[in-house]
Amino acid sequence: MPELSAGDTAWVLTSAALVLLMTPGLAFFYGGMVRAKAVLNMLMMSFLALAIVPVIWVLWGYSLAFDGTNGGLIGGLGKFGLDGVGIDSMAAAPIPEFAFVAFQAVFAIITVALISGAVAERATFRGWAIFVPIWLTLVYLPVANWVWGGGWIFELGALDFAGGTVVHINAGAAGLALALVLGKRVGWPKQPMRPHNLPFVLLGAGLLWFGWFGFNAGSALGANGLASAAFVNTLVATAAAVLGWLLVDVVKQKHSTTLGAASGAIAGLVAITPACAFVSPIGAIVIGVVAGSVCALCVGLKYKYGYDDSLDVVAVHLVGGVIGTLMIGLLATEAFTGGPEGLFYGGGVDLLWRQAVAAAVVIVFSFVVAFALGKIIDRTVGFRVSEEEEVDGIDLGSHLETAYELTSTSAGPTRGVPVAHAAPVRVEADTTQGA
Amino acid sequence: MKLVTAVIKPFKLDEVRKALEAFGVNGMTVTEASGYGRQKGHTEVYRGAEYTVDLVPKVRLEVLVDDLDVDQVLGVVAEAARTGKIGDGKIWVTPAEAVIRVRTGETGPDAL
Repeated sequence: MPELSAGDTAWVLTSAALVLLMTPGLAFFYGGMVRAKAVLNMLMMSFLALAIVPVIWVLWGYSLAFDGTNGGLIGGLGKFGLDGVGIDSMAAAPIPEFAFVAFQAVFAIITVALISGAVAERATFRGWAIFVPIWLTLVYLPVANWVWGGGWIFELGALDFAGGTVVHINAGAAGLALALVLGKRVGWPKQPMRPHNLPFVLLGAGLLWFGWFGFNAGSALGANGLASAAFVNTLVATAAAVLGWLLVDVVKQKHSTTLGAASGAIAGLVAITPACAFVSPIGAIVIGVVAGSVCALCVGLKYKYGYDDSLDVVAVHLVGGVIGTLMIGLLATEAFTGGPEGLFYGGGVDLLWRQAVAAAVVIVFSFVVAFALGKIIDRTVGFRVSEEEEVDGIDLGSHLETAYELTSTSAGPTRGVPVAHAAPVRVEADTTQGA
Repeated sequence: MKLVTAVIKPFKLDEVRKALEAFGVNGMTVTEASGYGRQKGHTEVYRGAEYTVDLVPKVRLEVLVDDLDVDQVLGVVAEAARTGKIGDGKIWVTPAEAVIRVRTGETGPDAL
């Protein structure tokens, strides 16, 4: 049994907290991009992921993902309810198993939350509440087991340092499936659906970037040189991706946009995630520029093919995840991990095809299960809000709230006496009766 | 009495207000407005998706003036609001049949 390292433990626990912050960050990144009447629902979908996933993670999530593997496909139930995990039990790295449980739990949270961007402004909250635990169980846990839990992708030798396949491709494919199940928003793409608060978007992107250092550098599971290399690669790939996206912006419409800068950062973060420990900082710049510019070009695809992926989960997370996963096959160097080398470093196509297989299988698996699950939810409890609720605003329809009071006359739906000022109704026993 | 209504560019509001004060106009009503005339809005781009915004932000300014002052007030507002570029706005005059100052009950020109 390895001896506990206080430094490694401190870094992994800190990283777990950093990654947790990414989900509220994502909520604001997404929340700013929707219309004012749907911002609360957007934030709430992320917050519900924060509420549901940790509970499942402790019950059966961690066990099914990381308690060994059965046929390379799924873990066991030996650690149901974290049975057997105590303060003395250690993970593979010199950190307590509890630290590893926490670190992996926050990954699962944000993966689920990422999907919500594809269904923005029109998914029933109860449908989302049912989708989250089931998709997590049927898709996320197996895929995490395949890639990180010693399953078949791990055995195949495909590399994913911090979640290119497990997190981004996985969420992107599920997002596409749900966008197709739910259909287009009322008025899309004819009516303007402009982001209502770009400062939120930039705030969220900034929080994501900050938290992502925990995501990537934390995945070294130690306070060491590998974590530091992942940190630098995360920094530089993201910066390069912002430049790449802005370049496309300037070429296409002669102006650099705020939304482009924020989106470029996320595209770069996504793409460097699987690769951050396997490529040199120069390789990271290449990945960043490619991801930023290609993702910028892909956001137009939804208009071309007519699927309403509201906030571009496909163009940013699926495409970005695929770019990062495949480019490992080109740019991997043995410098940091001593691992296999990519095509450009003399490793041939051996790594490239393994990366491609991993990406393709996760896309198909996640898409098919999410599509079927989405259809079932839609047919049973309903996954699409009524047209009236959608047009009036899902915040009001689903949560009886609105985010902003923009004028003094917009006190709420009740005209006349504001409900808040009405005297509370009190029913008291009539003591005179029967006297 | 007449009601002078002007729809102008928002950044010109301060100049118009100062010019009217210098002329002797004591009060006005200002409303945020949006609309378009011959200039037809502008374009915004979000992740490559272009939105044509037809309605341009404007300020609507209303002043009640005595019949004798109308032409001069029109001149003052037009002068102060003018940039010479498209979208400077419009001013029009409508008759106001009766005016009353709520606080004192004064009517007609005394209420201005």
